[in-house]
Amino acid sequence: MFNPQLNNKGNLNHLLSIEGLSKEKIIQILDTAESFLKIGERDVKKVPILRGKTVCNVFFENSTRTRTTFEIAAKRLSADVINLNVATSSQSKGETVLDTINNLIAMNADIFVVRHSSSGAAHFIASHVKPNIHIINAGDGNHSHPTQGLLDAFTIRKYKTNFNKLKVAIVGDILNSRVARSNIHALNILGVPEIRVIAPKTLLPDEIEKLGVHVFYDIDKGLSDVDVIMMLRIQNERMDGIMLPSQEEYFKTYGLNQVRLDLAKKDAIVMHPGPMNRGVEIDSAVADSEQSVILPQVTFGIAVRMAVMAILAGQHS
Amino acid sequence: MSILIKNGRVVDPKNNIDAILDILVVDGKIVELNKNLDSKKAKQIIDASKKIVIPGIIDLQLNLREPGNQYKSTLESEMKAANAGGVTCMVCPPDTTPILDEPGLVKMLKNKSEALKLGNVYPLGALTQKLNGKLLTEINDLYESGCIGFSQAEKPIQDTEVLYRSFQYLSTFNLKAFLRAEDAYLSEKGIINAGEISTRLGLKGIQSISETTAINKILEIAHLTKTKVHLNKISTADGLNLIKIAKKSGVNVTCDVSIHQIFLTDNDIGFFNTNCFLKPPLRKESDRIKIIDSIVDGTIDAICSDHSPVNEDNKLKPFAESEYGASSVELLMPLVYKLSEDYKIDLGLLINKITNHPSGILEINKGSLSVNSDADICIFDPEHSWEINSKSLISEGKNTPFFNQNFAGKVSSTIFNGNIVFTSS
Repeated sequence: MFNPQLNNKGNLNHLLSIEGLSKEKIIQILDTAESFLKIGERDVKKVPILRGKTVCNVFFENSTRTRTTFEIAAKRLSADVINLNVATSSQSKGETVLDTINNLIAMNADIFVVRHSSSGAAHFIASHVKPNIHIINAGDGNHSHPTQGLLDAFTIRKYKTNFNKLKVAIVGDILNSRVARSNIHALNILGVPEIRVIAPKTLLPDEIEKLGVHVFYDIDKGLSDVDVIMMLRIQNERMDGIMLPSQEEYFKTYGLNQVRLDLAKKDAIVMHPGPMNRGVEIDSAVADSEQSVILPQVTFGIAVRMAVMAILAGQHS
Repeated sequence: MSILIKNGRVVDPKNNIDAILDILVVDGKIVELNKNLDSKKAKQIIDASKKIVIPGIIDLQLNLREPGNQYKSTLESEMKAANAGGVTCMVCPPDTTPILDEPGLVKMLKNKSEALKLGNVYPLGALTQKLNGKLLTEINDLYESGCIGFSQAEKPIQDTEVLYRSFQYLSTFNLKAFLRAEDAYLSEKGIINAGEISTRLGLKGIQSISETTAINKILEIAHLTKTKVHLNKISTADGLNLIKIAKKSGVNVTCDVSIHQIFLTDNDIGFFNTNCFLKPPLRKESDRIKIIDSIVDGTIDAICSDHSPVNEDNKLKPFAESEYGASSVELLMPLVYKLSEDYKIDLGLLINKITNHPSGILEINKGSLSVNSDADICIFDPEHSWEINSKSLISEGKNTPFFNQNFAGKVSSTIFNGNIVFTSS
């Protein structure tokens, strides 16, 4: 099975996963995003790049935040935007994923932004649509969340310039995180020499080191001397179970507080894909500190998503 | 009715035969096996020169999907598919709809399959009611109505006491358990082998220990209760080590592997190829190599097709939501032949694992070309190359990891009870 995100000329036809993208392709997206960043600062926050195109946000799994950033990105490119919360409509009536998408294609949508709770859903959809339809994966199960990986890379580049000298730590629920996987792939492709994952064994997937990371169980050792700290959200439902005993114990053993942050480089940045659980994975003081770049991540996310849509639509290469 | 099969390479492991011979079939029985039999002895002649003639294949794991799941396939379509694979004895698991836990259902299946005259169907009865893993079925009644053994299909018994008591009960009547070893607590919601691939794809992994802990439990209880056990579809190297030791220490255990595990690993899943969604999951390369070694050293007694036709819509879904299983009975003999060629394994040793050994496991008098035995015969043409596609497959299930691949070798004729039930076009 091939990766359907590149067409036979090697151009991006869908964005399904970071894995399989070249360094050049990622840099192109980041550079394009850079040029879009200024649009958000203007009075008139619109360019006509996707005028006449229809972007359809199909969310088989609820997510207000991600959907909103895609919606803003599409609207700033002058696209018509349709939001479909499939989690509460057709799927409950028994319609298959493919039928839902085919119905929307019949309505002549051009770009589909898809989120689904099942890993591989975006690949599946992309391999069954016509070549003029573009799929953007907005998160599939525990597999991939490529625009998050790209916006995180964009954020790091903004503050750290050179990927080749960085130590990056990813902390938390790696097992259930598509964000972690996308970041690990992106950082490896961009040449980050040391990527660390920090978590208890219950939250680490099998053979994670084969993805090119160093594993740390002790957060103090793991954070030592790093340039970037990427915190992950701990889902409430993971607590009080067999993966973790309690929020309190997690915060005590893996929560990011100022004392731990001080183990990293002095100019280390703190990132989080949101939404945050203050007092669970991150101390409020750290989340709001000068080292935190959590809100800029959100702003950059819109520019990155604009870049991806523009490139897919072939309007900005 | 008489048929003379001429000049084939006859491979009959039970009788230690691997030679160019003629076979004479009269009235459903093999009556003569020798060189240069007189062509006048039979009404019909099959020229088997350059072909391989083996006993009708006995497949220990073949989902016929009846009763109940006819939207996937029908008994007739899948028995015809089995014939196209040279299979004449078909062991089917009890996870049909309704589940084979009542004698009436078993009799119905037996009657229906007998009327088709395409092979002998050997149903496995449910070991527990509705396969619930809690209450025993009427095992003796089921046996009398035609069940060859007792199984939980893909629903392992989790309660150790139920497993213990069911083994005691089976052992009382000298009946056999056919189980797939899996600890469902560990494998629940698991999709593919736990490892680098599952981590990359974000699919929940199934560890080897979900198989090995279950094997340990089954073997210990089988040893204690002196129960005959056949373990289906072993997938892990560690599991095979346990079985090898148990056999040496006198546990009455046999095992098989599915043909998929011999040729494929989790790497073949690629970017979410649902045709590679199987149970047990495809494992690592080291497991695959161990499986081949264990076929040769005898730890593995039999090779099954694990034929599980799935209707196309159920594969057209995101990986974890799709249905597991592959259509494979027509590929069993071609793949066994390929195994012999690719790994330089004696063909007789491998044919033994799909004829004579399964016959021993089922305790039936089949799987050989002995004179006076039932004339169930498979004629295989190793030079017939063909492509696996929806037209060439006879099964209603067109889902196979080998889809669109070219194969060297195809069954050219199948004879059941002295009648030709399949001829390749």
